[in-house]
Amino acid sequence: MTDAVVGQVAQSAQAQDSSEGMSYLESLPSRLVTLYLPLFIILVVLLFPFYWMALTAIKPDAQLIDMETYNPFWVVHPTLKHIEKLLFETQYPRWLWNTMYVAAGATVLSIAASVLAAYAIVRLQFRGAPYVGAAIFFAYLVPPSILFIPMATVIQSYGLFDSPLALILVYPTLLIPFSTWLLMGYFKTIPFELEECALIDGASRWQILVKIVLPLAVPGLISAFIFCFTLCWNEFIYALTLLSSTPNKTVPVAIVNEFVDGDIYRWGSLMAGALVGSLPLVILYAFFVEHYVSAMTGAVKE
Amino acid sequence: MTVLTTRAPAPPSALSSAWLRLRSNRNWLGFWFMLPAAGFLLLFLAYPLGLGLWLSLTDSRIGRGGSFVGLENYQWLMDDGVFWLSVFNTLLYTTVASVIKFAIGLYLALLLNRHMPFKALIRAAVLIPFIVPTVLSAIAFWWIYDAQFSIISWSLRKLHIISENINFLGDGNWARASVIFANIWRGVPFVAITLLAGLQTVSPSLYEAATLDGATAWQRFRYVTYPLLTPIIAVVMTFSVLFTFTDFQLIWAMTRGGPVNATHLMATLSYQRAILSGRLGEGAAIATAMIPFLVAAIGISWFGLQQRKWQQGGPNND
Repeated sequence: MTDAVVGQVAQSAQAQDSSEGMSYLESLPSRLVTLYLPLFIILVVLLFPFYWMALTAIKPDAQLIDMETYNPFWVVHPTLKHIEKLLFETQYPRWLWNTMYVAAGATVLSIAASVLAAYAIVRLQFRGAPYVGAAIFFAYLVPPSILFIPMATVIQSYGLFDSPLALILVYPTLLIPFSTWLLMGYFKTIPFELEECALIDGASRWQILVKIVLPLAVPGLISAFIFCFTLCWNEFIYALTLLSSTPNKTVPVAIVNEFVDGDIYRWGSLMAGALVGSLPLVILYAFFVEHYVSAMTGAVKE
Repeated sequence: MTVLTTRAPAPPSALSSAWLRLRSNRNWLGFWFMLPAAGFLLLFLAYPLGLGLWLSLTDSRIGRGGSFVGLENYQWLMDDGVFWLSVFNTLLYTTVASVIKFAIGLYLALLLNRHMPFKALIRAAVLIPFIVPTVLSAIAFWWIYDAQFSIISWSLRKLHIISENINFLGDGNWARASVIFANIWRGVPFVAITLLAGLQTVSPSLYEAATLDGATAWQRFRYVTYPLLTPIIAVVMTFSVLFTFTDFQLIWAMTRGGPVNATHLMATLSYQRAILSGRLGEGAAIATAMIPFLVAAIGISWFGLQQRKWQQGGPNND
């Protein structure tokens, strides 16, 4: 597929055949117009808000509102004032901790429940397993937007209102369907023979799951874990409905509700808050790009 | 089977008895394994779903249980101009955003599928808008759309295209266009990356064969790529439509339904009525009114999957 190979093929055949690597048919100018230019424009549009977010977060207030003296696309004398204010004058660290705590708790619970459920559906093949699998898929299609009102009354009646525990218990409803579906796909790829061997050697179902299936499904577990964590971090409507006091809020809800006042100078700290709130996920994503993509596409393909 | 196991305790059949015991236990074992997941989904998904339907038939308010009022909430909604405006907004938002997301997403997927340097890096960068929490990027858009300090207005002014700042989120139609753009921005990476995964399963030899037969680029796309991609397009677009239709956070972070309800979606309206105004019954009725549309979306997905089975035909599909 490389250019060298294409060159050789073309030379030996001494004909304009396109048997290998069709990109050889294209000239550089045409590639420039049909590939690089549109791609560049789309990338700029996709990434500009983050550039703008980061730029605003380190811009001194004076430059934020004075767009004539300074070029707004750049920053002179960057400052860490906004980030400092965010971390030391607001409850931001507390919100960050809440978000992380809720996301980690809900993710661990969901993955544990999903591993058991996915294993049962794929391998135990109990009576009605396909129907249960289909039911879980349908649960995936029920959006929080139609559930949050009754959920508020349910949580109220359980006495969990305004407690992070409420979110830890509610988020699995978003995560379990997704991760069960994803893990079912992974478990299906593990050879059945391995489990038969273990059964013959006297292993229990539980031992098989813990000692054979789970170690082999580690990539799937990582994918599910990362995706669930991101979903929790991103979740808004339940957090908005179920939490009310300022110290209990998660980052997305707190940013929308606590920073919004009439102050003309709010933009710096607002953008700093958005930036700091996004960074953990972006870093996590940078380490696990492949797992992330396989989680996303895996769940769709199944 | 239990009879068999008790009657065959002899050593040679110990193995098969273990097997039989396992097989006969399967349903119970399955039950125990399913219990945690089922518990969560029944308590916090199925029960609230049912409760929501019930609430929509009552006049309950926050802090006070309501009594059954039949379809009164729905009758109210029928005469409520704001509700119909939110339905219109939701349909507009979903249709426009989904169509454009699909078009740009597919185009981007086709671009990313071609050979180029730094391929992996570019792909990773494309997905970033999807990773960052929606609310946080919505806040960034809010700043970009600011009435006074919008960078878009500034750039257009400097280019002498406009003479005054555009009031992006203050004017009804501009606000609609702005939130739709933000939604497209957020959704394109998902569509592009999942369609790219589909594209990568298409064998290059098909394109080579088509080219040898004299197919143009458009024909290659229309008669090779598109038919092979249909199943995954069906699934991706169903999810995309579903999530766009039920969108809440993007709107809430940017406009809260304003100006003058111009960007109220059904989800935001139901939040406003149920939680902020405290009329749970009415809010639940609006949320319930979304269900028929969701069912339609699921129906389309099912249809797409059926088509997929028919296309693959072979026994070896995952």
